[in-house]
Amino acid sequence: MIPQAFDYYAPTSVADALRLLRRHGDEAKLLAGGHSLLPIMKLRLSTPQCLIDLGRISELRFISEADDGGLAIGAMSTYHDIKNSALVQERVPALAAAAGEVGDVQVQNKGTIGGSLAHADPAGDFPALALALNFELVTATARSGRTIAIDRFFRDLLTTALRPNEILTEIRVPALAAGTGVAYKKLPNKASHYAVVGVAAAITVGDDGVCTDARIGVTGAGPTAVRARNTERILKGKHVDAAVIRRAANRAAANIEDLNDDLHASAEYREHLTTVFAARAIEEALSRAG
Amino acid sequence: MIAGQVSKLIGSRVKRKEDPRLITGEGKYTDDVMLPGMAYFAVLRSPYAHARIDGIDTSAAAASPDVLAVLTGAEINERCAEPFPLFAILEGMQYPERWPMAATKANYVGEPVAVVVATSRAAARDALDLIEVDYEPLPVVTDMETAADADQPVIFAEMGSNLCYEASDQAGDPDRAFAEADGVVEARMEQPRLIPNPMEPRATVAEYERSSGNATLWVTTQNPHIERMVAAKMLGMPENKLRVIAIDVGGGFGCKINTYSESLIAVILAREVNRPVKWAEDRTEHFVSTSHGRGQAQYVQAAYKKDGTLLGMKLKIYADLGAYAQVISHVIPTLTPSLAPGVYGCRDIGWTTIGVFTNKIPYDAYRGAGRPEAAYIIERVMDLIADATGKDPVAVRRKNFIPKDAFPYETPTGMVYDSADYDAALDKALEIAGYDDLRAEQKAARKDGKLMGIGVTVTTEVCGFGPAASTGGLGGFESATVRVDPMGKVTVLTGASPHGQGEETSFAQIVADDLGVPFEDVEVIHGDTSIVARGVGTFGSRTLVVGGTAILKANEQIKDKATRIATALLENKLEDTLDPQLVTLEDGLFSVQDMPDQYVTWAEVGSEAYDGQLLPEDEQPGLEAVSFWEPPGLTFPFSAHIAVVEIDQDTGEVSLKRYVSVDDCGTVINPTLVEGQIHGGLAQGIGQALLEQAVWDEEGQLVSGSLMDYAMPFAQEFPMFELDRTVTPSPVNPLGAKGIGEMATISATPTVANAVVDALSHLGVTHVDIPMTAERIWRVLQTHGRSRRGGRS
Ligand SMILES: Cc1cc2nc3c(=O)[nH]c(=O)nc-3n(C[C@H](O)[C@H](O)[C@H](O)COP(=O)(O)OP(=O)(O)OC[C@H]3O[C@@H](n4cnc5c(N)ncnc54)[C@H](O)[C@@H]3O)c2cc1C
Repeated sequence: MIPQAFDYYAPTSVADALRLLRRHGDEAKLLAGGHSLLPIMKLRLSTPQCLIDLGRISELRFISEADDGGLAIGAMSTYHDIKNSALVQERVPALAAAAGEVGDVQVQNKGTIGGSLAHADPAGDFPALALALNFELVTATARSGRTIAIDRFFRDLLTTALRPNEILTEIRVPALAAGTGVAYKKLPNKASHYAVVGVAAAITVGDDGVCTDARIGVTGAGPTAVRARNTERILKGKHVDAAVIRRAANRAAANIEDLNDDLHASAEYREHLTTVFAARAIEEALSRAG
Repeated sequence: MIAGQVSKLIGSRVKRKEDPRLITGEGKYTDDVMLPGMAYFAVLRSPYAHARIDGIDTSAAAASPDVLAVLTGAEINERCAEPFPLFAILEGMQYPERWPMAATKANYVGEPVAVVVATSRAAARDALDLIEVDYEPLPVVTDMETAADADQPVIFAEMGSNLCYEASDQAGDPDRAFAEADGVVEARMEQPRLIPNPMEPRATVAEYERSSGNATLWVTTQNPHIERMVAAKMLGMPENKLRVIAIDVGGGFGCKINTYSESLIAVILAREVNRPVKWAEDRTEHFVSTSHGRGQAQYVQAAYKKDGTLLGMKLKIYADLGAYAQVISHVIPTLTPSLAPGVYGCRDIGWTTIGVFTNKIPYDAYRGAGRPEAAYIIERVMDLIADATGKDPVAVRRKNFIPKDAFPYETPTGMVYDSADYDAALDKALEIAGYDDLRAEQKAARKDGKLMGIGVTVTTEVCGFGPAASTGGLGGFESATVRVDPMGKVTVLTGASPHGQGEETSFAQIVADDLGVPFEDVEVIHGDTSIVARGVGTFGSRTLVVGGTAILKANEQIKDKATRIATALLENKLEDTLDPQLVTLEDGLFSVQDMPDQYVTWAEVGSEAYDGQLLPEDEQPGLEAVSFWEPPGLTFPFSAHIAVVEIDQDTGEVSLKRYVSVDDCGTVINPTLVEGQIHGGLAQGIGQALLEQAVWDEEGQLVSGSLMDYAMPFAQEFPMFELDRTVTPSPVNPLGAKGIGEMATISATPTVANAVVDALSHLGVTHVDIPMTAERIWRVLQTHGRSRRGGRS
């Protein structure tokens, strides 16, 4: 468990980090909490020549209110920061609660929201929440930067829309529309506590009890986190009762191709779990909605 | 208890002496050893489960910076005098010769192939990547049940097959029992292989002195003296030139009994590069370089009468030994049929044990070693009979118990149970659990369409090994040296080297009580063969039973001599002669009968023992005694456990709601230490029931090869354990102790398994294999149907 030798840089500003990134190009890797990157380096599955540690860049670690009343979270905010933030607890309690379900205390103390999204582990918890909560990802490059909608972010197994020269700097969590309830439910992998399958639901219910919007993010089931669009469609415009939930949840895995099939769960079981946790997440989100 | 002694410390919750040291980082684990000029070695391991080695090119690695030497398997083996010794060879058994490393053929993933020694850990690791090995992959054997079939590839050509042994025997007349039975239950039961994962992985440090030829080996072992014996033999050195040190060892569970290749490699490399060398296993390496446990397929048939009586059993047990037998690993599966009668009076049993070699890392002892597999069989059988006869599992057990007046009781399989009262333990467990209420609750839960299960077991196991015959050549004794110094303080040297059990505390309690000295005045030293001359070690829950008694025996000599010295001191004081019979030791003072104010202390006696001016003429100076003690028989702790589980029908997840553990380990020296052993034991046994399993693919690759893939329980997954005990002293040692290291692990697995099957029994489920993972239970529910409100109950 000794990684190959590498150079180590610890810049204190995003600008410096970008300069280093440009200088070292493909040979460099950004280091956030290190809880995904370092294990694969220790196994020598990843052998970067140079690590650029974002850990000393204080401008990347913050949680504040955004102009639209939503949240702006610095990429280097840890799960621990998010779990304990009064602002997150007030605005999106389900996100704070989910941060407390990631791995264990050590992982929560080191792992970051930026690292989790950039790494895009197929079993990561935050990718499901990111989809349900419609995160916007703010990035910086040496030249400029951009904002990436979450729906365009997860591309393939461990692959995102981020370019090698790009740093994810900030995560925007749009303000929840009135009447929105959010919930995240997962079956934890008994070894790692990653999600075998996890489903996040954000459901908006109008005064008349009709579902006006639904975003469902599923993680663990396939190579990337995805939205359960069939499920969303069934919920929207309906007065959601038990029968609707069942019908909607049963379709939660319908658009997931290449269901994961491994030591931890067969594809068949994952498909089933997706429907179970979709139902549970929807039920709980509904109980908080309206 | 110790006859005529008022005990003060024995039985009390003395805090562990070793904890301040361990908690503040002052422990002396092998990897903490730092020596000037230390070099580090790394081991290249076979990535194939079975492959011929056609060539190894080490030139690039040897030329790599900071590398001191690179040796191939053949080069290491050449430097050994003998292959690994095996003990307790079974009749008709065949086995391959095993050397420290693979030279011409690798037989499991992880087998050492080459080693690099360098000036840093990182440099050694880097150079591994530069070694080129020309492997020719060979067909692989992974399935224990077919491994010995004629059409399977043969791992060791000279053996002609992969069969290590097939041992059949019977007691009584099982055929008659089956003919007379009202019915027969049967099942195939799987005991997955488990990966021990002690907190401290293995490590070794070696130093070699060229001028004298003396070597010192620091190593993570449960038994430094056996390590010395094996390593000295293999290295062709006299035992008295090899010093083995294992001061603090962070858990072992059996996987640190074996002498591993790395110990021999370390000494060889230290000699080769003329520097001390160190190797420390990392966690991922542990999975493929340290022996695994369990690994059986069990075919079980049990004949019963309608009233629930177990009449007879027929067992066929396959044991997956892995690629090699080691120490006494091959004998462990034979303990399974030996203990299969459990706590029950069944006399007619037939069994076949088939040990086979496969292309997997060797198997060895793992907490319970052979007995958990037995307890699992018999306790599942009791539930199968309960199910078949429609009786309560508690009633079926009681019907079959060996009665309490039958002890010592010789089982049909040749074990002599020392003492027990199974009803008493069961009564206590049922009362704590509120068994009748639980059954009522279960009924209601089923009406509600919920799955709740109650598992009950009553188990026993064998421990306190020896006598000598019980360890097959490793020795059945333990040694103790007790020394009183001129200040009256006591030093105890024990051969029973612990690896986390807390003997520095429990042994000090025994000595403090027995000699009447303060607990703080007793130092217990272990784990260094140059200080503690001989010993056997800590395994099979033998330490307190055998090691503790050895100390009592040494104390006897100490007390005799101390009393003689005290008599001389008192005579001098009183200026009179005394009848030595009148001088007694009480509360740490030697006093004259009827003259309570005329006494001498241990400090005075200790001082005189070395000063010596007042010693009687026929008395030599010194106050030190050595004793070797071998028990006349084995001990059999027992327990009654009850688990309550609930099952989430949607996901198949099992959650453990309650766990009641009533254990009887005879005399309890320190309840805190005993409870610690039970807590850890339960965690392991429950983990085995619900989570743990080593998984291989067809190529013999370990798929569950890291802690991200191999699930072990987290503390948060357990309810508060509800512990209690009964105390049935053992008659085979003066302490009355039975051993508690393995009991809870042994019981917990079948208890939880029984609870899960019980939760599903109304759906027609009679057996589910362990580990009872969520997916496995979900699949059972898929085939048997869910429990529905108002449905079957
Ligand atoms: C034992 C254990 C258990 C775990 N359990 C869980 C769990 O239950 N649920 C779960 O979701 N996760 C779990 N994780 C993973 C954990 O959440 C990781 O910390 C997280 O996925 C990655 O975050 P990080 O900050 O550690 O990123 P790092 O490991 O430092 O980086 C991950 C990747 O993202 C890139 N990266 C990081 N930050 C940026 C950035 N700002 N811009 C661009 N690229 C960036 C890095 O270059 C790297 O490729 C577990 C990890 C461990 C070790």
